Order: sequence, then structure tokens, then C-alpha cells
Amino acid sequence: MSDYFGVFGLPRKLQVDGEALQRRFYELSRAHHPDFHHGADAARQAEALESSALVNRAYRALREPLARVEYLVALEEGRETKEGDTAKPKAPMDLLEEMLEVQEALQEAKTSGLDEAARARLAEERERLRARQAAEEAALIALFPEWDRAVEAGGDRKPLLEKFKKRLATRAYLRTVIDDLSDALGEDQDTHVSHRRH
Amino acid sequence: MSRIVGIDLGTTNSLVAYVDQGIPKVIPDADGRVLLPSVVAWTADGVLVGETARRQLARNAARTVYSVKRLMGKGYEDVKDELRHLPFEVVPSAEVVKIKIGDREVTPPEVSAHVLRALKQRAEAFFGEAVERAVITVPAYFNDSQRQASKDAGRIAGLDVLRIVNEPTAASLAYGLQKLAQGIIAVYDLGGGTFDISILRVKDGIFEVLATNGNTHLGGDDFDRALVESLLADISRHHGVDLSRDAEALQELRMGGEAAKCRLSFDERTTLTIPFERFTYSREITRAEIEALAAPLVEATLGPCRLALKDAGLASEQVGEVVLVGGSTRMPLVRRRVQELFGKTPRSQLNPDEVVAMGAAVQAQILAGGITDMLLLDVTPLSLGIETLGGIVSVLIPRNTTIPTMAKEYFTTSVDGQTAVDMHVVQGERELAKDNRSLARFDLAGIEPMPAGMPKIEVTFLIDANGILQVQAKELRTGKAASIEVKPTYGLTEAQVERMVEDSFAYAEADVNARLLIETQTEADTVINHVERALRQAGALASAEERARIDGALTALREVRAGTNRDSIRECTVALNQATAPLADRMMEAAIKQAVTSKRADQLLEKT
Repeated sequence: MSDYFGVFGLPRKLQVDGEALQRRFYELSRAHHPDFHHGADAARQAEALESSALVNRAYRALREPLARVEYLVALEEGRETKEGDTAKPKAPMDLLEEMLEVQEALQEAKTSGLDEAARARLAEERERLRARQAAEEAALIALFPEWDRAVEAGGDRKPLLEKFKKRLATRAYLRTVIDDLSDALGEDQDTHVSHRRH
Repeated sequence: MSRIVGIDLGTTNSLVAYVDQGIPKVIPDADGRVLLPSVVAWTADGVLVGETARRQLARNAARTVYSVKRLMGKGYEDVKDELRHLPFEVVPSAEVVKIKIGDREVTPPEVSAHVLRALKQRAEAFFGEAVERAVITVPAYFNDSQRQASKDAGRIAGLDVLRIVNEPTAASLAYGLQKLAQGIIAVYDLGGGTFDISILRVKDGIFEVLATNGNTHLGGDDFDRALVESLLADISRHHGVDLSRDAEALQELRMGGEAAKCRLSFDERTTLTIPFERFTYSREITRAEIEALAAPLVEATLGPCRLALKDAGLASEQVGEVVLVGGSTRMPLVRRRVQELFGKTPRSQLNPDEVVAMGAAVQAQILAGGITDMLLLDVTPLSLGIETLGGIVSVLIPRNTTIPTMAKEYFTTSVDGQTAVDMHVVQGERELAKDNRSLARFDLAGIEPMPAGMPKIEVTFLIDANGILQVQAKELRTGKAASIEVKPTYGLTEAQVERMVEDSFAYAEADVNARLLIETQTEADTVINHVERALRQAGALASAEERARIDGALTALREVRAGTNRDSIRECTVALNQATAPLADRMMEAAIKQAVTSKRADQLLEKT
């Protein structure tokens, strides 16, 4: 039970059968949930609390493909225990230039407010970025079989890991820009903290 | 081991339930009533709880506390805007809310403890044995402080609270016993003071909450307030009287309005009649009128529903069943809106007032080991984070994470030889700490003096199955557990709860019979008051024979009321009620006639 894959008895592969994972999650919950250890002594109860918390976190990390690859990258780099990192994702260089224009428009919106035309432009820009983000996510998921083959063959996984990191960074950056656009448009204020982090 | 009961500690009413041979049942009091009004009154004769306290609402408004659930886990700043609606006094304070009753101050958990103690005694009378363990329900959208306050209330009442369980999920368990279909279900829970929506996946006995949302300050109370405001305006128009500062009149209006609201869930129109000292206010209210008042509030429940669906990653069509919980879901308007949103007829076979308590009893049975094929996997409703530099929140546990769950965070020092670090834990979805709910400040002390940046303190944030936060800290270089001092922002400290528990023991030893006698006497007083007022106002409507019978019954009751024989006070109270029944009917008829006449006059005026 060293890592979240281990909790579910899985190898560090990215293609996961969602239904089987859910079934296993329910089995593990039945085995560990504190509700079923209420009569036990304090030590056993504390143990149930911890193991059940671990099962829940593991399921959350693995059930969605994108969360899964994020977790995998952290795990492979040996920083899986560091949680709650507050550093804003750095933008990849090529993206940075491309985003300059959007950032300028955002700045302008902040200082001088939004007229109809500027609003429409920001909304359009947001749609474009959302499409770009979706494409980025699809490209990430398309790399999963390659990773799994490398795991099976015991080959060098470093280059793939770098690809994951780059695409994840791009995606994270796109998210912050999309969120900033939503902020400027006065939408989704209440949901964006957890968006940004997940 | 003693029994574990399930308790629904509601804004308006509270209930206690247990599981009898696999079937959850609510426990009635000696008179067969299952709903205990969540009202506590401090009278010269002692503390009253429930129906007898409810009767004090108008007569003893400043010393009768109701809807205290809305104040649980809150600070004065949170509630000061609604104080004008409350007839009792809330004292300004930097910490937890305090209510002033005469020369003493009580906190919301202490008030709730009175309600819980009454339910505990009810269960004990029912079983003929001590009841010391309970599962208590809270709104799913309650934050950590509100949950902790509910748990504290249980402790003060002498209950070991084994579990805090969310109301909508408890309801799903009660429905689950009745063979709920497998699949995705939405539980829409609109009670007296709070609103919750929970989206669950039910599969093979596992009740997995996917997302929850809500508003802990939206419920039937708000409908009543809107109605009272409108009645006040109407009274001022027709009678030229401003009752908005008259605490007793406000309570009469609130209770009369609430009853009318409930009738309008079944009838298209109803007559509201409230006899005041100087005049009788009587008018007809239609369902359309109450719906116009309630519409914005019902609308406000739909946003959280959409957010919960979004967080669950589901479209409304994917919801297989919608279950309605809470008394306010009896309103046809609520049913229509919910049906429109989810595109299907909602279920409400189980009594919406009782289903949460029944679910709590099911959860109690699970904890007792009596049910092993059902398991509830709930979520934490709000994101948990810590304040970082610049007041920004770093989220450690996002909302809708399955509980129990934990997160670790690492801290270090910024000055050479620093031996303590403090952190500020908040709950909420906003980016800045100041916009979220402050839960507590933690002082990590006992760090060995080292150069700045050297210590590595690992802090573990654990949210248990109750949705309540536990924090542990360890300095990794020395392996020493760091001591943590918790300063709850809006909660009671351990020492305060301990003192309240001790106080409550003294109270619990008070003679139960004495209490029952007081309750009976109070009831007699209420009836005597009502009859005296009726005779002053409408004595002429009674025949000489009736009048003689009423006077006789009144004298008899006054005589036994002075004594201590509970049974005879009760008998005489019933007799007086019977003697006045014909007069009461006639007064009602007269009032309705008057209402109709004045309505016609209104219509005439409007036309000219």
C-alpha cells in the first residue's frame, strides 16, 4: 500500500477500467470504513479512520484520467506527499507569447470595464481556449497506451513523463487564463477555486 | 450495550427514532405526538421545552428561543442582520453567539441541549431504560463549526454522539430500506431553516454521495418572514396600526401565518384569523399569494441544485429518482419547480417530517452492527484550506471529497530560533481567506530552536466521517509531536463544553415530576388566558346557559391550578376547553363574516 495505485492493487498504468475500480473502491470501503469498526478498540478505530481516508483519497486520485496522470507524474518524481502546493503553474514559453494579447485584453477590462464588444471578444476568446484545453486533454489521454506499454516492457519512461508534464503545464495555464476570463466576465466566481486546483 | 437512537435536531421540530426489527420508527411522547417543537422557554417556574414552550412564544417572547439551529456555530457578526426578526436578545460578542435570558446568557448549543435532553427522556420513557448514545443529523451544507456545535449540544445533553450524519443522506438511507432503485438519486431537502441538495449513487447497498450543495440559511422560516412582512403592511393599511415592534403580536402573526401557509399546501384558499387585544385581524389568503411571496426563495434553491449536478459531473436527465425531504417540500410550488428542473415527478412516499429521523435510526443501527449490508459514503460540503501569504487560500481538501479524508501540509520557520508557527484554517470556495469561513487558528508550539527554514513540521488535516476536522502536527527532524492549541473562531472550547456538561448534570437531577407539573400548569394558564380574552371580546355571543357553564369550568380550573394535582389540572383544562367550544365556533364564524365584508369594501374601494 505504498501509493494510490498500490492501494487498489494496480500497477502504475494509466488505462484503468472505471467500473472495476469502482467495485474495488466499494469493497475496500466495506473493509475499512469506520462505521463497521465502531465496536472495536480505540487503536483499531483510529486505524480504520486512516485506512479509509487513504482509500478515499486514492479513489479520488485515480478515477478521473486527468487527475490520474497528474498523480502519476507527481509519484514518479517522488513528490507525491507534497500536497496543497500553492505555486501558480508557469506558462510554457510558446503559450506565453500567444497569451499576451488575451492578457492585455484582460488588463484593459480590469482598468476600464467591459463594453459589449469587449465582452463578446473575451467570451469568444474563452471559447477558443476551452477548445484548446479539451484538445490538450485528449492528446494527454491518447498517450496513455504508450505509457502502459513502456511500463510492461520496462523501457525508459522519462521522455513520456516529460511530455505529460509539458501538456499538464499547458493545461493548467489554460485553466488559469480561462478562470481569469470567467472572473472578468463575472461568471463562475463561486466555483473557480477548486477548478484551479483540480 | 445500551441502544443507539437517531435524532433529527431540526430548526422547527425535532424527533427521535429507532429501528425495530429492521423497520425505522419514530418515538412518540406520552400524548402520542412525534414532533417536538424545537422551542425552549425560560419561565419563573423553570425551563420548558417543546409544545409547552411553543405556547410561550407570544406571551413570553423575550425568554422563548426558537429556530436556534440557525445560530449554531455562528458569530455575532454572522447573525446581526436577522436579529430584528428575533424577539429574544442576542448579545454582541467577538466569539460565539450568546442569547440573553434575563440575567443569564446561553449559547445555541446549550439551547439545543434542552431539546436533545427532552428527546432523550422521551426515548428513555419509551424503552424504560437509559439512553446514552445517539446519531444526530445536521444539514449537509453545515460547516465544521456548525457540526461541532451540534456535537457539543449532544454532549451537554448527556449523550455520546457517535455520529453526525447529513440530513439528505440520512433520508436516502430511510428510502434505501424501502428498496430504492439502484442508480443516481437526488435528495432535495427543504426544511424549516436550511436547504440541502445531495446527489448520490446507490449501488449494492453503498450510498455514495457524489456532490452536495445548499444554503444553511434558507427554509420555511424565510417563507414565514416574507408572509409576516406582508401581513404587517396589510394591517397597517387596514387598521392603521404598526405592529412591527410588538414582539408578542409578531409571534402571533408568525404562528398564524405559518399555520395558514401549511393549510395552503392542501387548499387553494384559507382564512387567517388572529384576535389581538384591540381588534381581530382576519383575512383570506390564497395559494397564489403565498406562492408569489415564496417564489424568489424557491428559485434560490435551484442554483445549488445545478452546482451539485455540475460537481457530480451529471446532467439532470441522468438523475433516476428525486426524493423530497423536509416540511417545506409539501408546498406545491416547490414540487413544480423541482419537477421542472429534474424532468421527473419527485418521490415523497415517506413522511417528509419523519424521514430524516428514520434515516438517523438506520445509521445508528449500522453503527451498532445491526445492519451490515448498507454503507454511507458521504462528502465534505466545503473546501478546506489554510491562509497563506497575502491572505490567499491554499485548498487542502476540495469540496465534495469523500470522507473520511486527509491531507498533509508542511510548514517551516522564517526566523532563527523560532519555536512556534501559527496557521489559520478556513472553509469555503472563495480565493481570499477573509471571504471564507474562519474555522480556527492553530498555534504549533514546542519546535526545537533551529536556524530559519530548518524545521519541517508535518501537519495532518483529517476530516472524519462526521465531517469534523482533526489536526495533528509532527516535527519531522526530531520526530516530536508538536503541540497544537486550537482557538475555534466561533465555537466553544473544550473547557467551556466541560463546564456546561457539569451544569447539565445538576439540571438532569431535577425532579421530572415537578417539570411535568409545571408544564400542565402552564397549559392551564394558557387556556385560562385565552378564555378570559374571548369573554372580554365576545362574551355577548354566549347564551346565559353557556356562560354559566364556562364560568363554572373556569372557577374549577383556577382552583385546581393553585394545587399540585397534575391529573385534576389536566381534567379541568379539558373541561374548560369543551365548555368554550361552541363560543369559539361562533367567534370564528363572526370573524370570517367580518373578513368577507371588509374584503367587499376593499374591492369597492379599488374600483372607485
